[in-house]
Amino acid sequence: MAEKKFNALPGFGLTMGFTIFYLSAIALIPIAGLFLKTLEISLTDFWRLATTDRALAAYKLTFGASLVAALANALFGTVLAWVLVRYEFPGKRFIDALVDFPFALPTAVAGLTLANLFADNGWLGQWLVPIGIKGAFTPLGVIIALTFVGMPFAVRTLQPVLENLEREVEEAAATLGASRVRTFFSIIAPTLLPTIITGFALAFARAVGEYGSIVFISGNQPFKTEIAPYLIVMRLDEYDYTGAVALAVVLMVISFVMLYVINWLETWSSRFQN
Amino acid sequence: MSIELKNVTKKFGEVTAVNDVSFSVNEGELMALLGPSGGGKTTVLRMIAGLEMPTTGDVFIRGQRVNDLSVQERNIGFVFQNYALFKNMNAFKNIAFGLKIKKWKRPDVEARVMELLKLFDLQGLEKRYPHQLSGGQRQRVAIARALAPKPGVLLLDEPFGAVDAKIRQELREWLVTLHHELNVTTIFVTHDQEEAMEVSNRTVIFSRGNLEQIGTPREVYEQPANEFVARFIGVMNVLELHVRKGVARLNELEFPAHGLPDGERLRIGFRPYSVQISSDVKAYRYRAILRHTYFLGVMLRVELELPSGLLIRARMTKEEYAFQGLADGKDVSFQIRQYRVLAREGEKLAPEVAVTHDVPLTLGEGI
Repeated sequence: MAEKKFNALPGFGLTMGFTIFYLSAIALIPIAGLFLKTLEISLTDFWRLATTDRALAAYKLTFGASLVAALANALFGTVLAWVLVRYEFPGKRFIDALVDFPFALPTAVAGLTLANLFADNGWLGQWLVPIGIKGAFTPLGVIIALTFVGMPFAVRTLQPVLENLEREVEEAAATLGASRVRTFFSIIAPTLLPTIITGFALAFARAVGEYGSIVFISGNQPFKTEIAPYLIVMRLDEYDYTGAVALAVVLMVISFVMLYVINWLETWSSRFQN
Repeated sequence: MSIELKNVTKKFGEVTAVNDVSFSVNEGELMALLGPSGGGKTTVLRMIAGLEMPTTGDVFIRGQRVNDLSVQERNIGFVFQNYALFKNMNAFKNIAFGLKIKKWKRPDVEARVMELLKLFDLQGLEKRYPHQLSGGQRQRVAIARALAPKPGVLLLDEPFGAVDAKIRQELREWLVTLHHELNVTTIFVTHDQEEAMEVSNRTVIFSRGNLEQIGTPREVYEQPANEFVARFIGVMNVLELHVRKGVARLNELEFPAHGLPDGERLRIGFRPYSVQISSDVKAYRYRAILRHTYFLGVMLRVELELPSGLLIRARMTKEEYAFQGLADGKDVSFQIRQYRVLAREGEKLAPEVAVTHDVPLTLGEGI
């Protein structure tokens, strides 16, 4: 007689069914639609559309600026999270709330604000431009805007992990003779690394998909400050749907591969955990 | 003299965690800091390690005043209650950590770690990460890590707190053996008086930040300095009596109180093993019903209910219980062989009073 399998956590069938339905509706079907659209053109046409010089420049800027912004967020977000978790100081709650600001602010507003700040006559620009730092309508502006929108991801992912660090582990290192610096680099940093990578991945993914803030600060000059999402919108404006889809597919594939690599990196760096 | 504390006080804000404590630990001693939680014993241990600074007073390690020495410079081994292993390092690297900090040469590090792995019965587990080890193995790694750089002193905070009863017993015996082999001055904190009695050479008893008594297990058990110690170490019956005409009374029970004025209150205490029971209701002065028997292994604890409803705890061997033909609900007679008059808290205790008349002592002596 066949025995019915017993599971202590009931509802697997229902929840798994829903998961597949939900993922299909939200992600898989649109993605599949995108790929299907590319079937309307030949492979050579696809390749030609996807690898124009203008497109290549746009990919380079999108992924390059996103990487730099995500790295900056991983580094400075760690410092920010560290300060917010480990120390008590006046105005801590205010600064903590400020971290979420980029989440709530419409990205177009952020882009406009940043563009105005860094423009030649802007608050910051009037001092920075004379010394050669141009924040508006340059690739640097793109990096600044992407750093702004990705910042909360890096901070918010790390905070709970920092809060759960055991004080005794650091004390144990001290009793064994380790200095504060040594303790940080030998014990604390490796423990935080997987989470820092997670924050990095989220900030990176957010940056690759960012559109609203960039169009205002970058100036959108082809070959110079034009990001791939903007180029897609341009193609759509020209009713060149296949051209737009070709760019979108490349963007998507590269993003997926990079996220996959980051994910693997995260698993590798957390090999000592459960 | 390995460790000495002189008039050490530690305040956390308004709260005095440790109040004017002085004691010393001899070279090679295995010392217990015992007391209820919140007694200040862990704070004392942390001050020796340098993890807390005394508010006033001095700490000496091997004759050197270490108040101004950082944790890193004190050359102590510290084992934390939750082990505090480095999660990102395997067992080998955990144990080797202190040696690398002290810039030992690579072959020396390897030899030392291997030696410790063998000593701690951890061979074959050196590549495992902490989450892949059992509770007992983790603790052994933690102790090995603390001992690796050959510290002058080993400090353990509640070393047996986090493991189950059977492993706890094994670990106690193992710690005694280890201490015997290595002979490193060791101080451990515990709230379990049995553990302190069994493992330590000497015990320091704390309560609410005060040092109550320091002595060998036998001393603190047989000559408690005050009521707190008497009640904390082992079980004690405590009675509150009223004096009238030179006799202190509580219900049926009477104790001599020569010279004390009428109306005076007197507290007396006696250990359960001082109560002698007979199934012959005429054998001793007091009558009672045997309410309940608790089986504790070789020993039994019985609860006696006097006609007035007063409850008294007694202790006897299984053999004597059987010999007397005792059972729950049986009428018995009893006497209190030894007792002591309890002073008010903080005052010194009077020596125990033996009741000399009556039958010779039989089984159950000295338990």
